[in-house]
Amino acid sequence: MSEERKYTIGALVSNKSGVLTRISGLFARRGYNIESLCVCETEDPEISRMTIILKGDEYVLYQMIKQMDKLDDVKKIGCANELDCVYRELLLVKVKAQPKDRSQIIEINEIYKAKTVDLSPDTMILELTGDPEKLDAFLKVISPYGILEMQRTGVTVLARGGHTLKDRDCYSDHIF
Amino acid sequence: MKLKGAEILINCLAEQGVDTVFGYPGGAVLDIYDALYRDGRIDHVLTAHEQGAAHAADGYARVTGKTGVCFATSGPGATNLVTGIATAYMDSVPLVAVTGNVGINFLGRDSFQEIDICGITIPITKHNFIVKNVEELADTVRKAFYIAGSGRKGPVLIDILKNVQVAECEYEPKTPVPYTPAPVPAEKLKDIAAAIDACKKPLIIAGGGVIASDSAGLLSEFAKKLDSPVVYTLMGKGCIAESDPLCLGMIGMHGTIAAAKALLAADTLIVFGSRFSDRVALDRDRFAEGKTVIQIDIDNAELDKNVKTDLRLMADIKETLKSLIPLVAEGQRKDWLVKVEGFKKENAAKKDDSTRAYSIIKAASELAPEGSVLVTDVGQHQMWAAQHYETNEPRKFCSSGGLGTMGYGVGAAIGAYFGSKKLPVLVTGDGCIGMNMNEIMTAVSRNVPMVILLMDNRVLGMVRQWQKIFYEKRFSATVLNRKVDYVKLAESMGGVGMCLAEEDDPREVIKKAFSEAQAKKLPVLVDCKIPPDDNVLPMIKPGHTYDRQLEKMEDN
Repeated sequence: MSEERKYTIGALVSNKSGVLTRISGLFARRGYNIESLCVCETEDPEISRMTIILKGDEYVLYQMIKQMDKLDDVKKIGCANELDCVYRELLLVKVKAQPKDRSQIIEINEIYKAKTVDLSPDTMILELTGDPEKLDAFLKVISPYGILEMQRTGVTVLARGGHTLKDRDCYSDHIF
Repeated sequence: MKLKGAEILINCLAEQGVDTVFGYPGGAVLDIYDALYRDGRIDHVLTAHEQGAAHAADGYARVTGKTGVCFATSGPGATNLVTGIATAYMDSVPLVAVTGNVGINFLGRDSFQEIDICGITIPITKHNFIVKNVEELADTVRKAFYIAGSGRKGPVLIDILKNVQVAECEYEPKTPVPYTPAPVPAEKLKDIAAAIDACKKPLIIAGGGVIASDSAGLLSEFAKKLDSPVVYTLMGKGCIAESDPLCLGMIGMHGTIAAAKALLAADTLIVFGSRFSDRVALDRDRFAEGKTVIQIDIDNAELDKNVKTDLRLMADIKETLKSLIPLVAEGQRKDWLVKVEGFKKENAAKKDDSTRAYSIIKAASELAPEGSVLVTDVGQHQMWAAQHYETNEPRKFCSSGGLGTMGYGVGAAIGAYFGSKKLPVLVTGDGCIGMNMNEIMTAVSRNVPMVILLMDNRVLGMVRQWQKIFYEKRFSATVLNRKVDYVKLAESMGGVGMCLAEEDDPREVIKKAFSEAQAKKLPVLVDCKIPPDDNVLPMIKPGHTYDRQLEKMEDN
């Protein structure tokens, strides 16, 4: 059995109610370990794009792709080549910010190119976009101030260059 | 022309060539039943319970190869279909289940007999639809049939809201789109042919996919050309004649000794339409240790799922065999066949023919009228039937393999009769009959000639067998202690009942059962008394390899 790692899977699916249930039900049923799931409508209103971060080995990866591919609502599916893709995730985090800490937090923001999007007498909401590792690093630095709540959108991915997921004909070629 | 939704449904079923529907009416399908009545082209078989209707549609599909259809109302009607749909799903049987549901104004408000049957059946259907708009109905029904009958076949459910059934819209008849399998990739086929030509001791494992793709004839031809023995899985029973010199019988937990020996000795496994379930590949990591595995399946997700393969091909088996037969060299494997012959001899010498069930099933197999279909329930009797009843043609065997549904039998036998118009032989047990005996009433109402061989051992035999092997004979909840007179039971339902005592000659009684069933066009139940402690042998325990086949209980 090959090593466990993270894989990024992209899928174009019907933009209808119930599709997410079918797909998430499949993951639960077959015991796939999903770290992140991001779904939204695409340029074609009938199609949604789904980005899934799976933790598993190659066996799980192939099984998941093949099982998903059998669903009528899954139109295209592929595993991303990490080296040739742009990964982005958005983070909103509400931190405790006493007046004495504010300038330090703003300094951290500048380094990470994060934005302050809300300020109250003792809290701040910070917004950061980047790849998941950058978000992780930012959170590590900001957490000593006290995270009140946070939300991440999940990872979104597009391949660099001319490749598109909808033009792929087969998921066995590793790149989209 | 403008039609009501319910009429559109019936017209679309007729488009698809549906001649028989199994079902049970109710509040949410009244309009559909009214349209069915007024249309008159489709025969409706009213069952005693919706589960029976689903199993009947399944039996119909297995014997005809066509898509079976069942109807049920909303709520409990729909939930009663669930076991039947799951049975079909696990065995890749094409089925379209039509349910009614409350009107759109009542949907999502926990209305009377409202249930989210689409939500419930997601894991047990290939796909399902809820139709909320009459304009979508016709194409949804067409798509449902296409999905059910294409690729790896399976069940599809259509939930039609009450308002859709009464709403009108324009209906244009359409001819069904035929399913054409994708062409077989030539490069991969060449590699497979080369691997086959290079092997000395091939073994073909034929699964349900061989029957589903109608390629039984091609399979025998292929085996003959290669000089390769063939074993079949439970789902593949009938894909090769038992009398074929290359056939070594069933493989698996209760498979033949010959099949196990051949598996161990083979250097290459050529697997058609089999998913290496845990009842076949009991130890999936060691099942094919040291052998070349070539797997061909229409479902890509089955390739490499349970057993790691060396060569794999996602393709229709019929198309594959058509192209593969001319590609492979004529086998020169006489030494291998001599060895295989030895396995067969050993098998014949060690075959467990001591059980009472063996003599009963053997007699039924020999005396059954031409073309009859074997149907089983689930348990010891199922395995005895699979082992001892000769099935020499595809689509003459119906059994719940994947799900192992006790209570499958009578409903499936009714469906098998309507599909084949031939007498079904149902082998069942006193456990299973308790779950589905109600459908004997259906068989009587519809004059279905059927012979029910009830293996009456007063215990839940298969569970008891496991309690003997794994639980030191603690017979928890497996002694039935029922006081049912099965002869009277059959007669009270309008059928014929017969008793076969342990000391009686089975041939005489069974012969009479067949002739009465045919003459009276009624189900004949034969209460076959058998001892409670007969066992199904040989047996390989879960997780064990094929060199540890249990031939006698004493060896346990």
